[in-house]
Amino acid sequence: MSTDIIRSSAAEIADALARREVSSVEVTSAHLDRIAAVDGDVHAFLHVDAEGALAAARAVDDRRAAGEELHVMAGVPIAVKDVMATKGLPTTCGSKILEGWIPPYDATLVSRLRAAGMPILGKTNMDEFAMGSSTEHSAYGPTRNPWDLERIPGGSGGGSSAAVAAFEAPLAIGTDTGGSIRQPAAVTGTVGTKPTYGGVSRYGLVALASSLDQAGPCSRTVLDAALLHSVIGGHDPMDSTSIDAPAPPVVEAARRGDVKGMRIGVVKELGGEGYQPGVRARFEESVQLLVDAGAEVVEVSCPSFDFALAAYYLILPSEASSNLAKFDAMRYGLRVLPEGVDDPSAEQVMAATRDAGFGDEVKRRIILGTYALSSGYYDAYYGQAQKVRTLISRDFSAAFDKVDVLVSPTAPTTAFRLGEKLDDPMAMYLNDIATIPANLAGVPGMSLPSGVAEEDGLPTGIQILAPATEDARLYRVGAVLEKLLVDQWGGPLLATAPELTAKGA
Amino acid sequence: MSTATTEPVLSYDEALEKFDPVMGLEVHVELNTKTKMFCGCATEFGAEPNTQVCPVCLGLPGALPVVNEKAVESAIRIGLALNCEIAEWCRFARKNYFYPDMPKNFQTSQYDEPIAFNGWLDVEIPAASGDGTEVFRVEIERAHMEEDTGKSLHVGGSTGRIHGAEYSLVDYNRAGIPLIEIVTKPLRGAGERAPEVAKAYVATLRDLLRALHVSDVRMEQGSLRCDANLSLRAKAADGQAQDDVPLGTRTETKNVNSLRSVERAVRYEICRQAAILDGGDKVTQETRHWHEDTGVTTSGREKSDAEDYRYFPEPDLVPVAPARETVDELRTTLPEPPAQRRKRLQADWGYSDLEMRDVVNAGAVELIELSVEAGATPAGARKWWTGELARRANAEGKGVDEFGVTPEHVAELDRTVKDGRLNDSMARQVLDGVIAGEGSPVEVADARGLELVQDDDALEAAVDKVIEANPDVAEKVRSGKVQAAGALIGQVMKEMKGQADAGKARQIILSRLGVG
Ligand SMILES: [Zn+2]
Repeated sequence: MSTDIIRSSAAEIADALARREVSSVEVTSAHLDRIAAVDGDVHAFLHVDAEGALAAARAVDDRRAAGEELHVMAGVPIAVKDVMATKGLPTTCGSKILEGWIPPYDATLVSRLRAAGMPILGKTNMDEFAMGSSTEHSAYGPTRNPWDLERIPGGSGGGSSAAVAAFEAPLAIGTDTGGSIRQPAAVTGTVGTKPTYGGVSRYGLVALASSLDQAGPCSRTVLDAALLHSVIGGHDPMDSTSIDAPAPPVVEAARRGDVKGMRIGVVKELGGEGYQPGVRARFEESVQLLVDAGAEVVEVSCPSFDFALAAYYLILPSEASSNLAKFDAMRYGLRVLPEGVDDPSAEQVMAATRDAGFGDEVKRRIILGTYALSSGYYDAYYGQAQKVRTLISRDFSAAFDKVDVLVSPTAPTTAFRLGEKLDDPMAMYLNDIATIPANLAGVPGMSLPSGVAEEDGLPTGIQILAPATEDARLYRVGAVLEKLLVDQWGGPLLATAPELTAKGA
Repeated sequence: MSTATTEPVLSYDEALEKFDPVMGLEVHVELNTKTKMFCGCATEFGAEPNTQVCPVCLGLPGALPVVNEKAVESAIRIGLALNCEIAEWCRFARKNYFYPDMPKNFQTSQYDEPIAFNGWLDVEIPAASGDGTEVFRVEIERAHMEEDTGKSLHVGGSTGRIHGAEYSLVDYNRAGIPLIEIVTKPLRGAGERAPEVAKAYVATLRDLLRALHVSDVRMEQGSLRCDANLSLRAKAADGQAQDDVPLGTRTETKNVNSLRSVERAVRYEICRQAAILDGGDKVTQETRHWHEDTGVTTSGREKSDAEDYRYFPEPDLVPVAPARETVDELRTTLPEPPAQRRKRLQADWGYSDLEMRDVVNAGAVELIELSVEAGATPAGARKWWTGELARRANAEGKGVDEFGVTPEHVAELDRTVKDGRLNDSMARQVLDGVIAGEGSPVEVADARGLELVQDDDALEAAVDKVIEANPDVAEKVRSGKVQAAGALIGQVMKEMKGQADAGKARQIILSRLGVG
């Protein structure tokens, strides 16, 4: 393993731990030190649990010393997006309305991390309730992109991707409702997978849009993503939308990495105009590398994708307006009393709390969703959006009849500057134009680095999409492409990122 | 807001002369599954507040529901017993509205895809002629699954409702308990029998649900709740109801928590709405609360058409698609239909139509069945359930099964009378003791020292004393007016402080007076 623990991949750390070259306490401490050094600038974390992480690390080291058979990832630390319920650890979803809430239970995937012996370093920053593409909508201040601290790290899971990109954690958990794992991965030069809908339990994931949300891995390598994917994936009886089948063989696929004879479709509608030249250039080079590696590449048209963004911004707010109704000050979280009211009613307290506790973007979407579900408008908005959703699924089915995977740029641009799109919701929403179709259809998608755009020197990402439950294909293709690109670059892309100056937090 | 003012009412007869009532009954049944609708929490009634809760039924962020398969089975069985079609594929929906006792601020319910729909239930009411019964078919619109809400307790204030309360407490033990809501189609044509039909429907439904063993169906505990919708429409000049007249504005009366209340509440609303319409005013579409004590309904929140629950399919749950084989299998588990069952039992027990009617009206069919199983004579069981207990139930506005008296108690009571240990008046005292919680009938009789005096000497002495004291009456009896002996028997019983066998006393009196 490399001399610098924090720059090692999760797979390398896991191997070193298994060979007892390093202890989990050492690995965990190194990451906690890094967080202390750089997170003042990056602000990837909302909460750091040094004590808990070290205790978990010690427990793993003790078990290993006792000769116990351990999970392959035991002792590898991880950061968890603040949208996952963690027993005993604050869970705010980036919102003031949940300030101080400590869940009494663990999300299923958190239980699985703990069961595997992975120390949880802390909770990562995010756009409030995962609504956003820049992490600027966090009520606790934005996360900054490690490549350029004046730029956004993507969103909503900017905290998780930035933590991984800044070497504050080898792995992180993200959630992806319309691209919140993949777009941050693209703009931070990291890897992120949105598994098939139902592939990873949603139990304990504070819902934004139930039919779209999916948790998945954030990492620096394709193999690392696969390793984490296999820890958190698989059936959960607590989530009735969970797929009742074993987790797909993603680690095997990532190790095998082979595209010979594979048919790869370039989605006509996800590229071209509106995509930054550097993003397009890196994408085209990546596609050429896949051809060189023996894949057959064809162009595929998915005409309904043009309506994906519109449908998404009806379905998401509709579900969100209902999912977020529970934040009412009655049982947990923030409680604000209305000003100038002597004897406020429950409804007045709810209204005052929701007014004070939710940010503008959350309110915007609650209002949109409430409107779209209203009687008299339901058919025209929510109903129509569901029809578009069906058409998008059909486009995917038709495409996957012809090809094994689809590819596109992950995001139309590289990381933009903080504040640049904050007052223009439409411009912000357009960041997810290429990632949203996968959520609407429930198919899996991965983003991995494709290089840097020459015009701004910032990372770009390529997206791979596969049919539902065929997550392994993402890793097969991703691993090949990653190897070819890293060979071409002469090392991992993140090695070229500027050094973060370590100043004590 | 509720006010205590009494609203004007028309007399029932006058109301029915002018208007024709149309009813719609919504019955909520709490299922008796071991666990809740969407989580593994226990459902036991009466547990300490907030001890049967978990992240799911508390609606904590991140928690997800999973459908209780047993509840779906119960729903299908109820649907089948109500002669409904069973959906091949249906979904849950979210009913969105804010209320503190609803943890998620939406209720997971069913909307336009109920599990069961298009059924009927025949109910019997006494024939208008006074002879036998007539059958009224109640059409069932739908039966759907949903979850119960928590229970709010509003402390302080006079109304016990949220307005004016100093603070409120919420118990979420009830949140998430499986409910089946059974909705009738509009019931027309019942005319002046509407209140009786309403009561008979709920009673029949209750018996059916009890026979299905899907619910405790205890109205006083809220495991069976009835909301009565009622509207009136004008009768034509000839006094006949007319079907082409549009339905009037309806009110929905809630909190109707006993069979007797169902009848009374419908009757009251008929009289109240009739007074409004008769005065040329309009009925307000609203929710009304029934008050058992005063026998009136008062206005609750106004229910305007603008109320919008923003229903949409529940994305956290997969659709329910019961296999046809499962439905067919469940069909084989259905109990005998109530009407058929009543006919069989009536024949078995040898009751007259009138007697059987009293039994049905008292809601005592199953209680008598169990009492007979426990060893009571059919006549004895009927006497206690439809006599003494029904009298008390009526007086106190309760059900006959709400006094803590079990079928086993009745069987024991019946036996002690038959065996000659107790007479009727002593048995009534024993029943008092059972109701007071003093134990089983034998235990009460022992504790209270109630036992017929078997000492013939004492009885003969008392008879002699009474004959001596009432020579006039004695003479009448001697001269053949045997029925006059009743007065003497009464005196003897008094002399014996009630602890004598009246039949034996009569025998001795008659023999002493030479007419035995
Ligand atoms: Zn529960």
